[in-house]
Formats: sequence, C-alpha cells, structure tokens
Amino acid sequence: MDLTVLFFLTSGLLLGWSLGANDAANVFGTAVGTRMVRFVTAATVCSIFVVLGAVISGAGAAHTLGALGSVNALAGAFMAALSAAGTVYVMTKWGLPVSTSQAIVGAIIGWNLFSDSITDSQTLLKIVATWVACPILAGLIAVPLLKLVARVLSAAKLHLLRLDAYTRMALVFAGAFGAYSLGANNIANVMGVFVEVSPFTGFSVAGLFKLSSIQQLFLIGAIAIAVGVFTYSKRVMVTVGASILPMSPVSAWVVVIAHSIVLFVFASQGLEHLLASAGLPTIPLVPVSSSQAVVGAVVGLGLMRGGGDIDWELVRNIAGGWVTTPLISGTVCFVALFFLQNVFGQQVYREVHYVLSEPVLAKLEEHEVDTTHLASLKGREFRSARAFMNAVEDSGYRGEAPGRKLRDFAELSHVFIDPEKIPNLDHEWLSPGQISAVEKLGGKAFTFRWQLAGALAALSPQWSRKSDETVNKLYNKELDSKLDYVIRTFAGFPERR
Amino acid sequence: MYLQKKASHLFSGTRSLEKQIDEFLDKVSEAGMVFGRALRVYLNQGPSEEYDGFLTQAADIERRGDELRRTIEAELHARTLIPDLRADVMALLEGMDHLVNVYEGDLFRISIQSPDIPKAFHSGFLELSETVVSCVDSVVLAARAFFRDIDAVRDHSSKTIFLETEADKIGTRLQRAIFASSLPLERKMHLRYFVERIDELANAAEDVADALQIYTIKRRI
Repeated sequence: MDLTVLFFLTSGLLLGWSLGANDAANVFGTAVGTRMVRFVTAATVCSIFVVLGAVISGAGAAHTLGALGSVNALAGAFMAALSAAGTVYVMTKWGLPVSTSQAIVGAIIGWNLFSDSITDSQTLLKIVATWVACPILAGLIAVPLLKLVARVLSAAKLHLLRLDAYTRMALVFAGAFGAYSLGANNIANVMGVFVEVSPFTGFSVAGLFKLSSIQQLFLIGAIAIAVGVFTYSKRVMVTVGASILPMSPVSAWVVVIAHSIVLFVFASQGLEHLLASAGLPTIPLVPVSSSQAVVGAVVGLGLMRGGGDIDWELVRNIAGGWVTTPLISGTVCFVALFFLQNVFGQQVYREVHYVLSEPVLAKLEEHEVDTTHLASLKGREFRSARAFMNAVEDSGYRGEAPGRKLRDFAELSHVFIDPEKIPNLDHEWLSPGQISAVEKLGGKAFTFRWQLAGALAALSPQWSRKSDETVNKLYNKELDSKLDYVIRTFAGFPERR
Repeated sequence: MYLQKKASHLFSGTRSLEKQIDEFLDKVSEAGMVFGRALRVYLNQGPSEEYDGFLTQAADIERRGDELRRTIEAELHARTLIPDLRADVMALLEGMDHLVNVYEGDLFRISIQSPDIPKAFHSGFLELSETVVSCVDSVVLAARAFFRDIDAVRDHSSKTIFLETEADKIGTRLQRAIFASSLPLERKMHLRYFVERIDELANAAEDVADALQIYTIKRRI
C-alpha cells in the first residue's frame, strides 16, 4: 500500500468530516433547533443514511470524479480538498452554515490560478448566481408551502399531540432522505479523486454481499462524514434551526421540504430529462447550494411574519460567509500549493499542453471556426491554457467560437489503448458494445480526446453523442464521463504517466 | 403489517395521552355540574347529607384531576413532547386545575361556614353560579379547541370573556341588593364573601381564556 496515497487520502477524509460538520445541519438543523429531534437521534439517523447513500448510490457515480476531478494531480487534489475542508472547518467553528461546494469551487479556482489553467466564466457565474438565486428560490417556495400546510392542518383538525408525533416522524424521514442524498451526491467530492488509486481490494462480507474497493473507499469517506456529524454539527444545527428565527416544528419541516424542492426542481438533471422526454417545457437549471437553500427558506418564513424576529446580524454574517468562503478557500489553496510544490517538491498539477496541429485546424474548420488567423500558430505547443489563449488573442483571432471550444480541440491528450489494460475496464458500467469498440482500438494511440471519441463512435453507435438538445443532455453527459474514464484508464494516472 | 404494527405502537402512547387530556378537561366540566347542583341543594336544604355527597364528589374530581395533570405533565416532559408549546400546555393545565380547586374550595367553605342565605337572594346566587359555570364550560371548550381546532379557540374565548362580564354584573347587582337589605353588617360581609368567591371562578376562567389566545397565536406560527 502506497503510503503517499494514504497520506493524501487524509485530506479527503478531512473534507468528509467538514461536510458532515456543516451540511448535516441542512437536513437536521431545524429539527434539532426546534427540539423536535434530539441531537443524538438526528446524528445517528444522519450518519446511517449518509453511509448508506454513499455506499449504495454514491458508488453508481464512482467514475465521476466530482468537482475536484478537474484538478489533474493527486497532490493538487489533496491541497484543494484540504483548503476547502479547512475553510469549512473555520466557518463551522463560528457556527456559520457555509456552502461546501462553493469552498471546493473556490479551491479549484485557486488551483486554476496556480496551474495557469483558465477558469470557466460559467463557474464564476455559478458561484455568484448561487448567492442570489438559491436563497430567493427557497424563500419563494417556503412561504406558499407553509401557507398550504397551515390550511391543510387547519382542515384536518389534528390533535396537538398527534400533530407533534406526525411532524416528528416527518422531520426524521425528511432528514433521513436528505442525509441519503447528501452521502450519494457528495461522496464523489470527498473520495472521487482517490478512486483510481484506491489502496483497497474487494472482499465478500460473510458471503452475503461483496464490498468493492470503491465501496470500501466510499464507506471510509462516509464514516468521516458521520464523524463530522457527531463531533461538530450541533452548533451549525442550532444556528440554522433556532438562532436565525424562532420556528415552530411545522415551519421546521417546511424549511427542510422547501430546501429539498429547490434542490430537486432547480438542480435535478433527472427532472429536466423527464420533462424534456415528455415534450414539456423544462425548468432552467440553476446552481443551488443546500446551505443557502435552508437559510433562504428560514429567512423567507421570517419575512412572511413581518421580519421582526429575524436575527439580521446573524443573516448578514452568514451571507458574508458565503462570499468569503470561496475567496478564503481559493487564496489558501493557491498559497498552500506554492509551498507543496516548492518546499515539499510535490507535483501539484500536470501540465496540459495545447497544440494547433493540422488535424486540429481541420477539425475546427469542420466546426465552422474561422482559422485564418489561427494558422499562424500552427505546430506550436503551448504549456498552459493561459499561454495558449494569450497566443490565440495575439494572433488576431476574433472568431465567435468560445475559447473553451478551441481549448477542447487543441488539448493534447495522449492515449494508448493498451490491450493488457482492456480487461480492467468496468464491464458493468460500460456496455458490451462500448467495450468491444475499445477492444477493436487495442494497440492504437491517440493524440487528442476528440480523435479517440471519433474513432469509438465510428466503431459503435453506443459511443455516438446525440444532438445537443435538452432531452439528450443526460445521455451525452454520461457518455462524456465514460470517455473520460477510458482516457484516464489508458493514460494512467497523470503522475504515473 | 409489521410497519402498521410499529406505527400503531408509536402512536399508542400519544393516543393515551390525548385521552388523558380529554379526561382532565371532562373533570373540569364535571366539577362545574357538581358545583351548580350542590349550590342549588344548599340553597334549598341548607347543610344536608345530599350536599355532603356532592362535596365528596367534588373532592374526588379534584383528586383525579390532580392525578391526571401530574401524569400528563410528567409524560410531556419524559417524552419531550411538543417542545415549543410544552410550557404553554402545562400553564393551561395548571389554569384549568385551579378552576377545579376553586369549585371544590367554594363548596368546602360553604360547608364549613354554613352561610345563612336569605331566600330573597337565592335567585341571584343561582343566576351567578349558572353564569360562572357556563363561563368555565366555555373556557373548557376553548381549551379543547386549542388541542384540536385552533380556529375555534377565539370563538370560545370570546364567549368566556362575555360571560365573565355578565358574572361581574350579576355579582355587583347581588352585592348591592345584599348591602341595601336590613341584614346585620356581619351577615352582609359574609354573603359578600361568597359572592366574590363564586365570581372568582369567572375571573379565573377569563385569565385562562386570555392566556389561551396568546398560546394560539404561538401555535399558529
């Protein structure tokens, strides 16, 4: 077992711990804050369902690296995770519910700056849009929902004690469901980057079920989340559940449900696909953060009551925390990467090279990109995205194609389909048709990602992308993940290449 | 089937507590009925065995009421039920229990002090006792509504407040009549004491109704 890998794994575990300490408050904060569910009960249920979600559903996305996947060297991923975890830890210590995903994105931007990679403007827009859109959406959903629930309860004329019992159960169920989703959706961020270097081997538990190496890895990550829940989430739970606004148990439940609706309706690609397949108009997907959704819902309910009992100073601190989280995380990551690289001699990023070779220019022309000015850069290799884009700009290129498209085509991605490695491919994830197409390419080498994609698509329709319509979005995304997986498998892990 | 069993077990404790609260409120209403009948018997017969029978009945109701209140309060605490409204519910139960205590206390005082109530004031005392019993009954309905149908709390509380004002008017009228009579002062004072004691029931009921309106606002949030 590689000790370095184990060492790097610790930052993932720390990130898991931070996630548990902070994000558990989103699903159980209001229940604990209103004293409807005891902290120990909430923490136990939360931990169990986080572990189940991570091991059962998280494993389904095992090959998806999560946001940290864009960091292409293990030591870099270690530092990005560590910076994000540290930032979330500090914020949690202050009792502020922060967005873990924004801390991660902030750290990635720090890495991008350090590695001279280009930060997608979409990513920046995502961060800013989340601050504004998510809390407002959650508030807008929570208010009518509470009114509706109040009307239903008034008609149902339930006994106060029966209502108490039902609300308690509803809070535990909603919390358990939220914890399951938390485990399933976030484990990729906690452990995703370590999937390829997992030090574990699969084994069977008493002959009943098999625990794969990835499941073991995710189990450890989930346990880290659970430890975070038990050891440190209480403070944030109390902030979310009681400090911003005194709430009734029914309001507490409405907050949890409003948060889940926001996450489901405005962030669910599954729902978008379902609506598109049924020929219905889709709801635009908005970047959402569960922490911001919960706070937005709580403040929404407070405003409905006139806003007098909202602790505005606390709300200001929380909102300030949202802005500072990605900034702190990014700055810490940038500085720490400098030390990791120059003091400890670790490779924190793998250089990504770009070249505008003949086939690339031809491909660009095929996509109706005006290459008149780009021809002057023909054959030159650039050692970073920034250097490439600067050269493109200097060349006088003013084409309409976004920089991202140019980079996608020009990015060097050496892949050698080693026949010996083909059996290592995940035969459950990739279809037999897809595997057979890879087999047919055995022994061949490719320089660009699009070349491999084209070769595979020519061999099997199962490797063909569908047109860029909303209804095909999920299919194409899945196909891209599979292609990335094949590239990672046959390129080896960046550092070992 | 298993889940159904589990769920029914989970809710059986709640159902039993609901029944205890209902029984407790029944006891408050029962105490009022006993009080009204006992006063009527006293006015007709003076101290009598029948009156003592009602007195014993009132004492039993008070004892059972206390038992129920203690059990309910212990259960609410032990099972950490209705955390947001527990203090309010306990205050409500204490307030209702106080009404039973006043009913019982008044009957005991009558038994001990055996006030000599002239016939001329019998109708006044009966009217006062009927009004205060109705007033307490309204607050019992308001309390029941607080548990099951908060929209109705306001209606019952308003009725309680109205009846309290009526009781005040009847009490004042009765006291004026007493002091305008030719009875010796010590007897006038004695009768005034009982008018005030009986009227106190309506005041206590109004206090509970006022508090209930606040608890209801809190319950709505």
